Amino acid sequence: MTDAALRNGVPRLTDTGTVYLEMVRRKRMYGGILLVIFVAMMASGFMLADERNAGGFWEGLHMLGAFPSEVVSEAWRNRANLPGYAWQFLPSLLETVNIAAVSTLIGALVAMVLALLATRGLARWPRAVGLFRRLMDSFRAIPEIVVALVLIYILGPGPIPAMIAIAIHTAGALGKLFSEVAENADLKPVEGLASVGATWGQRMWLGVVPQVAPNWLSYALLRFEINVRASAILGFVGSGGIGYDLKIAMQWGQGKYDQVVAIFLLLFATIVIIDRISDHFRTRLTKGASA
Amino acid sequence: MLQVKSVSRLFGQKAAVDNASFTINGPSFVGIIGRSGAGKSTLLRMMNRLSDVSSGQILFEGRDIAALRGAETRTWQSQCAMIFQQFNLVPRMDVVSNVLYGILNRRSTLQTMFNLWPRADILRAIAILDRLGIAEQAPKRAEALSGGQQQRVAIARALMQDPKIILADEPIASLDPMNAQVVMDTLKRINVEDGRMVVANLHTLDTARRYCDRVIGMRDGRIVFDGTPDQLSTGVARDIYGADASFNEDATSTAIPKDTSADRTYADLMMS
Repeated sequence: MTDAALRNGVPRLTDTGTVYLEMVRRKRMYGGILLVIFVAMMASGFMLADERNAGGFWEGLHMLGAFPSEVVSEAWRNRANLPGYAWQFLPSLLETVNIAAVSTLIGALVAMVLALLATRGLARWPRAVGLFRRLMDSFRAIPEIVVALVLIYILGPGPIPAMIAIAIHTAGALGKLFSEVAENADLKPVEGLASVGATWGQRMWLGVVPQVAPNWLSYALLRFEINVRASAILGFVGSGGIGYDLKIAMQWGQGKYDQVVAIFLLLFATIVIIDRISDHFRTRLTKGASA
Repeated sequence: MLQVKSVSRLFGQKAAVDNASFTINGPSFVGIIGRSGAGKSTLLRMMNRLSDVSSGQILFEGRDIAALRGAETRTWQSQCAMIFQQFNLVPRMDVVSNVLYGILNRRSTLQTMFNLWPRADILRAIAILDRLGIAEQAPKRAEALSGGQQQRVAIARALMQDPKIILADEPIASLDPMNAQVVMDTLKRINVEDGRMVVANLHTLDTARRYCDRVIGMRDGRIVFDGTPDQLSTGVARDIYGADASFNEDATSTAIPKDTSADRTYADLMMS
């Protein structure tokens, strides 16, 4: 066949060109059809959601800026109060950050163990890898607020239920990320330690953890940031901290919007500080400045 | 002392090691040669119990190593040191810590996890490093060392174990000729001075000839040669590697050539 084609002369360039142009045309057509389908589905989905909405999207849209502008303008009028409020809310911010820190620490420790047990090639019991993965899935699947509400019902309002709720979610979320990092760890040091008769704990702690520590730490610090926010939200349902103050300030709407702004500024500053600390430690760990 | 009795290792249907038997008495230096995939590594890994044995027995001082379980296996591993082609050190930890890891099995897990090594252990580790000529590297991270130095750290870790047997899986395959010689000389020194048994997988024939008291040849999982280096003729080597008459061991030799004719020619060229 090829012989025949060759005997008939060199392949004509125009043929190749036509074939390729035909292919381009077909690809463009498929792309266009997909785009039309996508737009149609988005539009119909939006219309359905809008129909079921109590208020109505288009009627409410122009009011979107009303609340924020009211908050900001009121806060601007009373801007002299902001530093005072920031000082006043500092203790509750510390409580919120404490809840986040303790829950991140406990969650990360549990996540370390779960992650190593759920990583193929490292697991203590290879057959139970799936079990530990599903366990982490279930930790992630239950919303923090549900766990916190149940625990508040049982243990009473306070920071402990929030701490447990966030720690459970953190263990699940970090466990998955930790496990993905550990999957890429070099197995040679682990094998070296196995060859001298090290236990599973020793192999993991001395062979795997030094390799994955920078990535684990950066994930844990990112999670800490998320947990500060989560712990503030849980304040709304009665776990104390700055979330509770925010709820009070926003709820009554009696000239307390300056407090709302002060609280948001405090939260923003906290996140920025955590971000800077996280950067600092990550660079130190990866570049090895301490060694 | 070490008796391997019809040991086999199956991966699925394929036998990586097929009915291997040999006995090593006393502190000899035994080289195992054969092409890649011949089962050399698997054999060594079974002796260290990094791999399980499918069938057969490995007797050391009358005890069946192949049948050990759990903590007993780890105790055996602590007495049977292993050296790897890629050194298998923990790269981010310092050299002394890596040497100390040799006695992980004899110290409690908690103690080792928090790096609480007794002073005597640390001094012994440094003494071993000093013996191997790399004591000045002690505080550096293992990853900062050259390949040859890393392999010597691995040997120091093995010596820290105070092992009855040292197994070396292609110890010089990733090293340049100079470092390869330093590492092989070190292994030979340990073999002669300390009277420890050394079993090494080697990828070059000349190394096997030069350092070993005894050579075992493997092909497709079977032991096809077992004798002294003198008996290892080119014909036998061809059989072991399954090569034809075009096989020439000098072609892949990593030894530095003895003849100086090339240097002479070069010198003449430069002088003229």
